[in-house]
Amino acid sequence: MTTAATVEEAAPQAGLLAAFESALAEDSRIEPRDWMPDAYRATLIRQMAQHAHSEIIGMQPEANWISRAPSLRRKAILMAKVQDEAGHGLYLYSAAETLGVGRDELLDKLHAGRQRYSSIFNYPTLTWADVGAVGWLVDGAAITNQVPLCRCSYGPYARAMVRICKEESFHQRQGYELLLALSRGTEAQHAMAQDAVDRWWWPSLMMFGPPDTESGHSEQSMAWKIKRHSNDELRQRFVDICVPQAEVLGLTLPDPDLRWNEERGAHDFGDIDWTEFHEVLRGNGPCNEQRITQRRTAHEQGAWVREAATAYAAKQGTEHGEVR
Amino acid sequence: MNPVLVSTALPLGDDALVLAQRLGEWAGHAPVLEEDVALANIALDLLGQARVLLSLVGDEDELAFGREERAFRNVQLVEQPNGDFAHTIARQLYFSTYQELLYTELAQGDSELAPLAAKAVKEVAYHHDHARQWTLRLGDGTAESHERMQRGLDALWRFTGELFQPVEGLGTDLGALREPWLERVSAVVRQATLTMPEGPDVTSWSAGAGRQGIHTESFGRMLAEMQHLHRAHPGATW
Ligand SMILES: [Fe+2]
Ligand SMILES: [Fe+2]
Repeated sequence: MTTAATVEEAAPQAGLLAAFESALAEDSRIEPRDWMPDAYRATLIRQMAQHAHSEIIGMQPEANWISRAPSLRRKAILMAKVQDEAGHGLYLYSAAETLGVGRDELLDKLHAGRQRYSSIFNYPTLTWADVGAVGWLVDGAAITNQVPLCRCSYGPYARAMVRICKEESFHQRQGYELLLALSRGTEAQHAMAQDAVDRWWWPSLMMFGPPDTESGHSEQSMAWKIKRHSNDELRQRFVDICVPQAEVLGLTLPDPDLRWNEERGAHDFGDIDWTEFHEVLRGNGPCNEQRITQRRTAHEQGAWVREAATAYAAKQGTEHGEVR
Repeated sequence: MNPVLVSTALPLGDDALVLAQRLGEWAGHAPVLEEDVALANIALDLLGQARVLLSLVGDEDELAFGREERAFRNVQLVEQPNGDFAHTIARQLYFSTYQELLYTELAQGDSELAPLAAKAVKEVAYHHDHARQWTLRLGDGTAESHERMQRGLDALWRFTGELFQPVEGLGTDLGALREPWLERVSAVVRQATLTMPEGPDVTSWSAGAGRQGIHTESFGRMLAEMQHLHRAHPGATW
């Protein structure tokens, strides 16, 4: 970071900027060694950090059900999913590292409340069906958001997203399949599935962020080809994907205004409660405090382990505590 | 139901299932993200082994969710609560060393457990390596980690003798695994600048231990949590 900053201050960077912009125009990738504007770098760091944090905080609501999964097959699927999310966190922290920020620094910012994670994880998983609803709707919304990121202008981020999207689509299918089994199961199971969808539908729509009329970062991110579609565009795409899937599931979506609009060739849907969105974002969601406290606690209680690994590595003269 | 499999596959399956359940409790709580991945990996391997073993005996879910505490045949070592990271690593070191020796033997035999053992022995070798590496890091890391690691080894020592109690029908002399087990464990412990625990390695209670369906108090609560949802919906499929 310092190199780029000093270079930029030292002289007008007309040549470098032109090279950067023509790379964007040609849709070729910006790589870590390429020159990039400070604001582009900062935007990427902010977005990738938030994304990485979301992966690891997102482990919590699902890990909540590992011990109680009602069959061994479901337990294995859920464990593997939570493990994948930890892996996604690892890819993304390494991708962010290519921009000169280490994982420790980013985690400190998360723990201090100076960087965000996706607000969706501030909602609780209250029943087993929530595991299905999270897979179907939350991973589903994440995919809708993230598939375009596979073409993001920053190379390491785009490549991380290709791997992640593949796994997210597994998660989405598994969640859907879980809900289908419940929906076609006993009356109590069906009711459990419907209740979960009722609670997760609106928060999932909020995952696409504020409406285009209010979204602060969108325009610049689009110009930089970090973002390819507007929030409302992606939200509409997600609704259109979910409606027929809900039908097959035999579950209803909790929106009386939801209907096909022939003219638009898309579904109309009701108004989102943006007050709730902003409140959860501000820290007043049902689980904000719990999620960040668990994260901080795990980190603090693990400090002696990390210190031991570092001390051992130093004694052995190895880099990462590799044992010989 | 094949009575030989009931007496052999069930205890080994229960060992794997119960340890997987305990390790699963670490998800989202590990000291470093890499360990969230590694512990989940080990738990998944064990859960996979448990499913194969229990399926040799009957319906895996009926066996996992339908049995009472006294019907479980796992050793008490695997049901011990996670404690701190060093405690978990000590449990891993003791158990993975045992499982690696046992599966290596079984893989060479011709029992119905041989195919599972042959596949699982590779997984277990990784579990052992993971436990060994962390025992070294913690034992020879800082003063605090050294003390915690020693405490973990000491606290769990009294559950290790049970590993070598005979399992009827297994066709493997478990008692004979004790020497190589001791050798391997103490080699790691010494290299980690720790000391081998002293004192009895089994309970003096004549009722027996895990293999006889006698468990420790925390096990009932672990099962209650694991089984409640399945049991709340009798006959449902998931
Ligand atoms: Fe993910
Ligand atoms: Fe996911």
